[in-house]
Amino acid sequence: MANIVEPTIFELSSPGRRGVTMPASDVPEASLPPKELLRSELPLPELAEVDVVRHYMKLSKFNYSVDDGFYPLGSCTMKYNPKINEDTCRLPGFLFTHPLQPIETVQGNLALMFEMQEWLKEISGFAGVTLQPAAGAHGEFTGVLMMAAYHKLRSDTKRTKMLIPDAAHGTNPASVGMLGMQVVTIPSDERGNVDLEKLKAACDDTVVGMMLTNPNTLGMFDEHIEEVVKLVKDCGGLMYGDGANLNALLGIVRPGDLGFDVMHFNLHKTFSVPHGGGGPGSGPVGVSQRLVDFLPSPLVGIVEEGDDEMAPLYGFVTPKNSIGRMKAFHGHFGGGLVRSYTYIAMHGPDGLKDIAQYAVLNANYLQARLRGTYHIPYDRICMHEFVMEGQFEGSDVRALDISKRLMDYNFHPPTNYFPLIVHEALMIEPTETENKDTLDRFADALIKIAEEAKTQPELLHNAPSTTQFGRMDEVKAARELVLCCWLPENYEA
Amino acid sequence: MNTPSNLKYAKSDEWFDPATGTVGISDYAQNQLSDIVFVEILVEEGEEVTVGKAIASVESVKASSEIYAPAAGKVSAVNKGLSDKPETLNSDPYGEGWMIKIESGQAGEVMDASEYEKYCEGRSH
Repeated sequence: MANIVEPTIFELSSPGRRGVTMPASDVPEASLPPKELLRSELPLPELAEVDVVRHYMKLSKFNYSVDDGFYPLGSCTMKYNPKINEDTCRLPGFLFTHPLQPIETVQGNLALMFEMQEWLKEISGFAGVTLQPAAGAHGEFTGVLMMAAYHKLRSDTKRTKMLIPDAAHGTNPASVGMLGMQVVTIPSDERGNVDLEKLKAACDDTVVGMMLTNPNTLGMFDEHIEEVVKLVKDCGGLMYGDGANLNALLGIVRPGDLGFDVMHFNLHKTFSVPHGGGGPGSGPVGVSQRLVDFLPSPLVGIVEEGDDEMAPLYGFVTPKNSIGRMKAFHGHFGGGLVRSYTYIAMHGPDGLKDIAQYAVLNANYLQARLRGTYHIPYDRICMHEFVMEGQFEGSDVRALDISKRLMDYNFHPPTNYFPLIVHEALMIEPTETENKDTLDRFADALIKIAEEAKTQPELLHNAPSTTQFGRMDEVKAARELVLCCWLPENYEA
Repeated sequence: MNTPSNLKYAKSDEWFDPATGTVGISDYAQNQLSDIVFVEILVEEGEEVTVGKAIASVESVKASSEIYAPAAGKVSAVNKGLSDKPETLNSDPYGEGWMIKIESGQAGEVMDASEYEKYCEGRSH
């Protein structure tokens, strides 16, 4: 335990220390709930305010965030989050409202949500949007529930299979498994597209639909997207779009126009909400006309039309065949919706298109600079990200070593070991917010590391050496799980 | 890469011993997965399995993978101790790291050792 430089907050605790002194009570004392419902001991740490502040300030200095530097974590779209989002989500009218307030008193909030639904419809080409789902995977589950409800209402009960490409995010099969459906894996072809022949063979009247990420996790736009959609539709299936990579398409391609029936948005990725341990996700779902009646309830709608003098009255409406409520209250309002609304409003339609174009340009620039030094198995023009191999002929250096070494150059590592179809995968997504200088410094570092892998591999095996802590023992952490620091009394395993 | 010649190998990297019906994962597979931290055998003794059925789930620090039956038949034994020491799959994939036995198992599409070695070499780049 030699290199622990800051104890935990529990270890810093000392009985009797406190942050504030409560004034004497000036209201009658209320009785506590029955004893059986109370824990005799709740080990909350006892510290003065200043000790708490210094503890977390110290920890924050060990951290690395997108405000510190480049964060090319593929598939996560770790773009810079503009600080104006922080101002708007703290406006008192948004901050000090409660979801159970009468609708007449929260018309501003409802207007924002209504407009957000409309904007997401326009951006994606869908006929309806729910803002409820808490994050991407929750949005997937919501979407798959609607697909199931659609087939069920048509008494088309033979359909139990979901087609999912081998490049998919792991959440896709997980969401499908939650509903007891069967996953059929569709391989990718040598150009990183869905293998059309394999897809054709899998399409029949037992197919619920297909879940497709486009561009996929290799950063490739499917060159046969129209054929893929047609094959699935022709066998009576529905097309699900995983919106994780929407950043590449903004203002250029609309999934609804391509024939997708349903797609979740990751507002926290595409529309700038701090995420990855730093904040809440938000996973609205858009649907085509076929699924509009199945959307979760409630949606925000106009319940009384306005006119020249009166604003409309916004309220809640329930779709005809709604699958029901997916979340208590109305989605991640302040954390997700207000920040993303601000981001969309600040950029406007042309600005959103610029985002996609710069995201794609930056990824292609990096890919072009690293081609030749690193093997790129699916080597063609990429979209917002690309995947290369973190291994070299005749060397025992692996992707993990390269990533750890990047930390010594003060960069956040890319995504490691995903997608699974690439050996020693390093998945790099620069996002649109980085300038050429940053991209060049990152490419220079990776080229230098490739050289080090040949001449001084121990530098990589022992990396990182410049960070607060060295190489973590990931194996020990995964094998010897400590999931709870204390157990309630009377707990029986 | 260690590929014993008495065994047969599936494309999804399981080995099958036609003489004993024993099933496990190949040395190539354990090396690709790196340090294995979790194993769960998904079938029980007496259960009938078909080729391609998921018989175990394996997690390493890199990835999690399903392990599929390379042969069809009745499961006659399960390596119960394996889940307590998943590292055995790294250290002894063809011995202590065996997963299940399939009684008079009918192998699906499998390769012999030299074919499998070629197949693995073709995949490393």
